[in-house]
Amino acid sequence: MAKDDKKAAFDLKQPRNIATLLSVFVPGLGQMYNRRFIKGILLFVIAVSFLLAFWDYIDIGIWGLFTLGTIPREHHSIQLLIQGFISLVVLFFGIAIYIYNVKDARNDAIAREAGKPNPTFFRAMQDFYDRGFPYFMILPGFLMLIFIVVLPLAFMVSLAFTNYNQYNAPPRKLLDWVGFDNFVNLVNVQIWQDTFLNVFTWTIVWTVVATTLQIVLGLFLALLVNDKRIKFKRTIRTVLILPWAVPAFVSILIFSALFNPTFGAVNRDILSQFGMMIPWLSDPFWAKVALIMIQTWLGFPFVFALFTGVLQSVPQDMYEAADVDGGTRLQKFRFITLPHLLYATAPLLIMQYAGNFNNFNIIYLFNEGDPAVRGQSAGGTDILISWVYKLTFETNNYNMAAAITIIMGLVVSIFAFFQFRKTAAFKEEGRY
Amino acid sequence: MAMNTKTKSKIEVTFIYLFLGLMFIIIAYPLLWTIMMSINPGTNMLVTKMLPDNPTLEHYKWLFTDPRSDYVIWYKNSLIVAFANAIGSVVLTSLVAYAFSRYHFIGKKYGLYMFLLLQMFPALMGMVALYILLSTIGLIDSLFGLTLIYLGGQIPFNAWLVKGYFDTIPKELDEAAKIDGAGHLKIFWTIMLPLAKPILAVVALFNFMAPFMDFLLPRIVLTSPENYTLALGLFNFINDQFSNNFTRFAAGAILIAVPIALVFLLLQRYLISGLTSGATKG
Repeated sequence: MAKDDKKAAFDLKQPRNIATLLSVFVPGLGQMYNRRFIKGILLFVIAVSFLLAFWDYIDIGIWGLFTLGTIPREHHSIQLLIQGFISLVVLFFGIAIYIYNVKDARNDAIAREAGKPNPTFFRAMQDFYDRGFPYFMILPGFLMLIFIVVLPLAFMVSLAFTNYNQYNAPPRKLLDWVGFDNFVNLVNVQIWQDTFLNVFTWTIVWTVVATTLQIVLGLFLALLVNDKRIKFKRTIRTVLILPWAVPAFVSILIFSALFNPTFGAVNRDILSQFGMMIPWLSDPFWAKVALIMIQTWLGFPFVFALFTGVLQSVPQDMYEAADVDGGTRLQKFRFITLPHLLYATAPLLIMQYAGNFNNFNIIYLFNEGDPAVRGQSAGGTDILISWVYKLTFETNNYNMAAAITIIMGLVVSIFAFFQFRKTAAFKEEGRY
Repeated sequence: MAMNTKTKSKIEVTFIYLFLGLMFIIIAYPLLWTIMMSINPGTNMLVTKMLPDNPTLEHYKWLFTDPRSDYVIWYKNSLIVAFANAIGSVVLTSLVAYAFSRYHFIGKKYGLYMFLLLQMFPALMGMVALYILLSTIGLIDSLFGLTLIYLGGQIPFNAWLVKGYFDTIPKELDEAAKIDGAGHLKIFWTIMLPLAKPILAVVALFNFMAPFMDFLLPRIVLTSPENYTLALGLFNFINDQFSNNFTRFAAGAILIAVPIALVFLLLQRYLISGLTSGATKG
């Protein structure tokens, strides 16, 4: 059977192959051969106008993507780079239309071989609408996603392989592709190496400690409030959710003031009672402690609310069965409550870790990543993302910022991988 | 024995209440402190008191009436972006989610994975490119440009959320409508959208609040003070002269936090159910 198909593919006299080939060479021609004239003319017009409109743009774009320009001051490497990426997107759509054209010619020819009459114009439009419907629905969102999320990410990734920095910036100079040099510098050049190691370690510690604390506190509180003996549950829950309801940037700035050593209430009103003064903002260690405490304050209500919601769905008969078997409270928690909670919320908890890994707001708003540390280009509390921000917008070290972004992307992908697995498990279990 | 368990239980409950009481203090203290700061007279932080001797509303008045204050403009800007963002995001994501929930098309599976992956990458990673892109099409320092970025950035997370909810609406409903002769859009409009109101409300609310909370994107996109949103305006307000403006900042912050917190507390139940159903049934 497969052999027959193969043989047929080489038979040039078969209408399906003639139509396919015609459309491969001139879009629309195969359709005309199939006597689908309106469609053929339309496709031909689309193809011609596509070429007329975009040929130059794509040509320069692709050339720019490879060379990044050849004449300083005249060629702007960054603009060429962006044009290159946009060209790739446009080209992708062009190719998609082209492939559709070839496939369509072949399918129509096959239908004609089978002796089916050509559909009327109205019928054809209806079919096109039916088949194309999901594509029309996703098109606006897809386009925005491409230009606003994917394209910028791709651009950032590509910067990591250029020598774009403060001293080597267009339009005065041209950029070059430098391969993995930036990554090599990151681990070999002393100042980068030290800073990177410090910032990376603190980012990991920050992510693990702050997120775990907020999850544990949220879980603990959810269990306490869920206790049958506790009254005024609604009120208690409302108060506990408050930190989530207040916009985070407001709370962080307030904490920043509270921890201020000169006028902040933490030192002035609370710790002074015990004769203590802690340099919350100027000592890296205490700044980190403060940050973790603040993030716990900010983050536990979400986990609390989440767990509270799920706790109410734990089947009560499981506890009753455990009571019959004489299970202790700890056992009931360990073998019934906890698995149930984690099973239902794992993807969201993983998101919490990913969120804190990239939690720019708290680091920057609390202290702008300070205090400064001698001999390194990042502050004492900077995590990777706030360091990237500084490298980009303060010192214009675009290439290094991009290289670090890629490393962050890799770490984020690990989170994503675990989330895929968790979510996939749900899918197999239920619908999809 | 019975007596013993009862006393033990009582002690336990007391400890639970004590712990909850401690949490209440920790939660309430920063918030109360801010309220107190906002009614302290003068702008010198060093003489502020937790319980001011002569409380005053002068800072609130200053925000709205002083010619040097742009607070009302910022509020207006934030509201414009918020409304545009809420409406736009509901339209965009419900269309995408409908296609992903009900149709088969090329790239569907990879599209879903792409959403999952992309929602973890913060917009900051592509900030440089966004800035250059916006300036090439002349949308830097414009509220429209800012809204566009918000709209694009919210798609992965919200499309996933709404798709999860759409999946819980029985397919039999739209098949029945199809037999009755309803077209694709009619099914979407008369069956899916009305049934998905709760999750669409959540999406609208989320995206309505985002411009009030985000300060990073406006900081990069907006350059002139008359285009600032609230978060950016207030941040700049205290960024330079922290201690000198803090009482005014406190007043301005309260006027954002109170309405948002109220709406949030009213709707958080839907939020939670939306999040868990989207995550578990996605």
